Amino acid sequence: MNYVLDVRDLRMRYGRTDVLRGVSFTARRGEVLTLLGPNGAGKTTTIEILEGFRMRSAGGVSVLGTDPAHGGEAWRARTGVVLQSWRDHAKWRVHELLAHLGRYYLPYRRPWDVDDLLETVGLTEHAHKRVRNLSGGQRRRLDVAIGIVGRPELLFLDEPTAGFDPEARRDFHDVVHRLTDRDETTILLTTHDLDEAERLADRILILAGGTIIADGSADELSRAMSGQSEVRWSRDGQRFVHPADDATAFVRELFRQYGGSIEDLEVRRASLEDTYMALVRQAEHGGPPRLTAVAA
Amino acid sequence: MNPALAAARTGVSRGRIEFKQTMTTPGDVIAITILMGGFIAAMIWTRHTHVPGTHFSLGTTMLVSVLGLNIVVYGVITMGDLLVAEREDGTLLRAKAIPNGMLGYLLGKVVNVSGQIAFALAITLLTGAFLFTGLAIGSPGSWLTLAWVLVLGLLATLPLGAVLGSLFPSQRSAGGPMLLLLAGLAAISGIFYPITHLPVVLQWIGQVFPLYWLGLGMRSALLPNAMAVVEVGHSWRHLATFAVLSAWAVAGLALAPGDERQG
Repeated sequence: MNYVLDVRDLRMRYGRTDVLRGVSFTARRGEVLTLLGPNGAGKTTTIEILEGFRMRSAGGVSVLGTDPAHGGEAWRARTGVVLQSWRDHAKWRVHELLAHLGRYYLPYRRPWDVDDLLETVGLTEHAHKRVRNLSGGQRRRLDVAIGIVGRPELLFLDEPTAGFDPEARRDFHDVVHRLTDRDETTILLTTHDLDEAERLADRILILAGGTIIADGSADELSRAMSGQSEVRWSRDGQRFVHPADDATAFVRELFRQYGGSIEDLEVRRASLEDTYMALVRQAEHGGPPRLTAVAA
Repeated sequence: MNPALAAARTGVSRGRIEFKQTMTTPGDVIAITILMGGFIAAMIWTRHTHVPGTHFSLGTTMLVSVLGLNIVVYGVITMGDLLVAEREDGTLLRAKAIPNGMLGYLLGKVVNVSGQIAFALAITLLTGAFLFTGLAIGSPGSWLTLAWVLVLGLLATLPLGAVLGSLFPSQRSAGGPMLLLLAGLAAISGIFYPITHLPVVLQWIGQVFPLYWLGLGMRSALLPNAMAVVEVGHSWRHLATFAVLSAWAVAGLALAPGDERQG
């Protein structure tokens, strides 16, 4: 199996501090991976090593079949990068900048048509504005546009939606779905927004204490972490909330006892947020065994 | 097309866009105008003073020497400043994230700053042609000398500026100290006054740096031949000018930031 990303026992040490202590994961073509984790967990370090901007201390890394520490220009042309914060090219106009940056990809493949790209990220009406006059959200859309202008096979997104309003966030999610559905772009993104992770990711990796403590789909993680669900109902105008290990059996029993007087029934599986919090808390209080939900 | 060649072309077009932006950004234009205005005021002030031992205008000599100074101001300081600022704001990292982006970035910078130098030289020369007497701008030889001194000057200063720009840690520490250093250097490089009136030790120090040779080269191009009499060895020393500027160019190009991605 040829993986787009193949990371084995990746280690990074700054001075005497181990930031990454054995990170391993893989990604297949067209997969969307989300890297979650508390601040300082090593998300940005990991992504920068994969982008080829940072030299690792140890471990094996293959990105599109190449070690990013020795990736040449042709390899670079197959990747797209959206880093956390940009203030660059303030004097440039949006359309002009995208047209210029797209030209670097011409020897490798046809870049996005600038007008189509502006339409896709929702910047058409700002095409001739100077970059410094864009709002925070518009600037971020431009960053995403620059990241994909060369039609990358692999896209790195470091907190792409920070500062987005809900509408911009939804637009961005549409862009991501378009990229993965139509062009089979592989995406590695970091975010603090668990809802976003759940919505976008085929697979979620949780990074804490320098290692991956969970790897699986949102659903798999919740199942594997806690089978517990929360059951809410009301009876005779009174509301009840009860945790249940086996929600189905619990509800069956509930109806057997009270039948038609049960109203407003609601069964809620542990949310990704609950799972995430529990996992990170466990990891911070002594290492639990790595939790790997086996993908189907 | 060869990717590096394509990127080089893209870099040149990048330089043209950047130059246009510089010339249409009020803050940048004001900075350029103040710098140029200051020099021109100093020249006008000394227009009727004579270079010691001659009957030649000190102002005219200064005007010609300032052409050389301009090359260093823009080639080293503006270039260095831009690199420091654009490393801070992420432009350099952006260039690294794009195939052959660093090549295009650096070439663009060279084209942009060269454009600014050409602009400053043209304005200074135009001022000189109208307000000053004694400029030897009638012969093709003058322009030929000016051309090779200019080209060698760009090669000696731009890579040096890029190197200094990549050494300075943050934006705040770059422009000010470099400008102060240059002001001190200008004082011992014969830009405002003939170097032969300085203590020999200072003369030697001045002659290590490209600034002295750029001023000398410009004077050799645009002043009457007789004015060589106030120079070291009573000569324009073209061979030495060529050698020293070439040495700086080679050193700068050897050290210039290449394609190193990992910082």
